[in-house]
Amino acid sequence: MPILPLLLLLANANTARMVALGGTATETIYALGAGERVVGVDQSSLYPPEATTKPNVGYFRAFSAEGVLSLAPTLVVAVEGVGPPAALDQLRAGGVEVAILPGDRTIAAARDRIRAVAALLADHDAGEKLIVAMDEASARGVALAAKAKTKPRVLFVYARGGGTMNVAGKNTGADEIIRLAGGVNVMDAVEGYRPLTSEAAVRAAPDVILVTTHGMKSIGGADALFELPGLAFTPAKANKRVVVMDDLLLLGFGPRVGEAILELARALHPELAR
Amino acid sequence: MTTLARRWRSEDRRTAFVALAVALTIAAAIALSSGAASIGAARSFGVLLDAIGVGDIGAAPHERAVILFVRLPRVVLAVLVGAALAQAGALMQGLFRNPLADPSLVGISAGAALGASAVIVLETRLPGLPAFASKLLLPAAAFAGAQISGIVLHRLSSADGRTQVTTMLLAGIAINAMALAGTSALTYVATDEQLRTLTFWAMGSLGAATWENLSVAGPLLVVSIAVASTLARPLDAMLLGESEAHHLGIDVERTKRRALLTTSVLVGTAVALCGIVGFVGLIVPHLVRQAFGPGHRFLLPAALLVGPALLLVADVVARTVVAPAELPIGVVTALVGGPFFLSLLKRKRL
Repeated sequence: MPILPLLLLLANANTARMVALGGTATETIYALGAGERVVGVDQSSLYPPEATTKPNVGYFRAFSAEGVLSLAPTLVVAVEGVGPPAALDQLRAGGVEVAILPGDRTIAAARDRIRAVAALLADHDAGEKLIVAMDEASARGVALAAKAKTKPRVLFVYARGGGTMNVAGKNTGADEIIRLAGGVNVMDAVEGYRPLTSEAAVRAAPDVILVTTHGMKSIGGADALFELPGLAFTPAKANKRVVVMDDLLLLGFGPRVGEAILELARALHPELAR
Repeated sequence: MTTLARRWRSEDRRTAFVALAVALTIAAAIALSSGAASIGAARSFGVLLDAIGVGDIGAAPHERAVILFVRLPRVVLAVLVGAALAQAGALMQGLFRNPLADPSLVGISAGAALGASAVIVLETRLPGLPAFASKLLLPAAAFAGAQISGIVLHRLSSADGRTQVTTMLLAGIAINAMALAGTSALTYVATDEQLRTLTFWAMGSLGAATWENLSVAGPLLVVSIAVASTLARPLDAMLLGESEAHHLGIDVERTKRRALLTTSVLVGTAVALCGIVGFVGLIVPHLVRQAFGPGHRFLLPAALLVGPALLLVADVVARTVVAPAELPIGVVTALVGGPFFLSLLKRKRL
């Protein structure tokens, strides 16, 4: 039977069995063409769609060591913030290599993440190629935004479920991507995520409200969005301007960050699309 | 209740203790041989024997890792924490002579939760800490939170060297409310990621079972449990009333102080390791009283067998129903414990 040696050969070529913890880690591994080596992912790994068919080991901030070990991985690739620390210790004690990627929401960090994963896969060239492609797409997005005559004032509303609404201040992924796409984050005077209040929303007078797909679902649509405190009295409501983007695409700062900038730039500057 | 207790002769009690010990051993064996990795009972024990040098079953590296570094420390942790929570519940119910008393009612758990939440939310604002220190920070803060609650509670309810148990219960409820408010305030300023960490932490998990953690927490729990066991006779005397206990030669104030401080250490350590695991402290003493009557001489040791068995079984459920992910154990203990407790109430009219 020639099939058995063939299978063994294939198995040797792809010896690493990987578990990816964190949506950006998963996306980066797949973008580098190593998706078939992934034997498990976490709950936040929603892209690409084929990743969601892999065994799920729970949320990457609260994963279970035995769940991961049961998949017999040789390598765990996680994003900063992964935990609990004891579970990581258990993986290392079990002889599994654990690599932690930087968690910053910037293009520079996205490059570092790609380089780190490429090094783990011993595929330097694929990493550099992906970085070039990502940088080109980002540059296209930034260049498109630069052509715009206006800089729309954007309010990012983050629905965390249970009626809790946050807005993104500076040093958040949302702030960074709004800036890259040629918008102004109206909340850039505050740091991090802050609860949404009526007065702050009215005073900020955003032209556009930006939400994620999941956030919009939990709010219950555009009409419900403008019933949130203060939002009814904003220019965004008057002009009915809401931009909805996929959570992981918008905030993940993975290999698709260029795509995200382009999509957001087109949405913020509809005059450029014409 | 007393008539129920009187029906028990000493040999019956001995039989019951043996039965409980057997049940605990079976629960531990089940816990060791079930989980996300499909390593059956025989193979689990084979790997264990292999590791200590008896026999060689050619265990795969991931099997050894799962048994020796995940399941075995987890079984030990479940036993210790189950015993600690059950013992703490029994002490509180004895001290307050109130079947509703529970460390979570008088603010000790809430103090621990406040400490842990503060670390989760505020850690990023601290200057960079070395990795080992940042790993210790959360359990240390949870432990400290429980101790502070316990000490404040004792101070507030003492006057002229005497502690009013009623005052203590009411003060505890107030401390509980304040600690919960502090936690809510932290939740309010938390980022999305911190909020998720907080939520998972508050639902409890035995996932922190590493030999390293156990080497610190284990001795602390064992010593506290031993101290708690010495309180059985004084607490029995206090069931009759404080002045009666005093006339029987019991140092009532010392008993109260020890019961409270031991509870703080037990609960603080348990919460530091596992987050909030509800219901064990409340339900186990009730279960034991059903069988053995209210005497602490039997209640305390029996709780040390029933608490661990209950937590082991709950953890097996938590680890297996959504494998390879895990349910938070606090959810399991509440989901299983709640209805069970209600049925007990309905049948026995506690």
